[in-house]
Amino acid sequence: MKRSNAPIFWTLFGAGGILSALIGPALVFITGIAAPSGLLMPRETMSYPHMLAFAQHWAGKGFVFIVISLFLWHGVHRIFHSLHDLGIPTGTGAKLACYGAALLGTIVAAVALGSIALQF
Amino acid sequence: MSARRPYVRSMDGWWRRNPFFIVYMIREGTAVLVIAYAVVLLFGVVRLAQGEAAYDGWLTALQSPWSLVFHLILLASFVYHTWSWFSIMPKTMPMILIGGKKLQPAVITGVGLAVSAIACAALFVLVMKLAS
Repeated sequence: MKRSNAPIFWTLFGAGGILSALIGPALVFITGIAAPSGLLMPRETMSYPHMLAFAQHWAGKGFVFIVISLFLWHGVHRIFHSLHDLGIPTGTGAKLACYGAALLGTIVAAVALGSIALQF
Repeated sequence: MSARRPYVRSMDGWWRRNPFFIVYMIREGTAVLVIAYAVVLLFGVVRLAQGEAAYDGWLTALQSPWSLVFHLILLASFVYHTWSWFSIMPKTMPMILIGGKKLQPAVITGVGLAVSAIACAALFVLVMKLAS
């Protein structure tokens, strides 16, 4: 019998779900509200030199990659399993579109972060 | 060819007829906003890799009132996601037995929400320290 690939997608969904549940609200508040508006946080928090240094550090690079990719895998898995509820057929095409989108986003994030040199 | 036309019940608005399913659809709908936020960050990373001018364009877009309103909606959705994630966690995780007794669902939800609140506060303080 062919092994099911469902546990892989389920694990990525769960990992993204728990990560977004734990720190998602704070991330959105920091990057989308506090830092851009300058309320509660200096506007320089997300300045180019700051963010470049963050992405040059292995930990910052890894953190950004994990957040973007896991959030994507979490979201597409949930949408894929909700398609049926909306009356949309869930064939191979829908599966490819959903998980393919997450894979594409993951690759784009990896390429972008990979092109920023590591600094120690 | 047979002229059979079996009755297929319409799916239009099925979930709007029952409060339980409305809550279910809102919970599943948070996935769309989680993806939207990931895409915002993805653009930021791509722009960052392209250089200072490109990144500053992204940052300026983030500072617009539209972006702030959008992120307020995202924030509400993420807070709801956190709440619903830990609310259904007692049903999605294996049963935990302590001294032969089942760990109560309210305990699992409460601990999850408390850990989440601590993690969010810790992240905020960490970013404040890194920025200063």
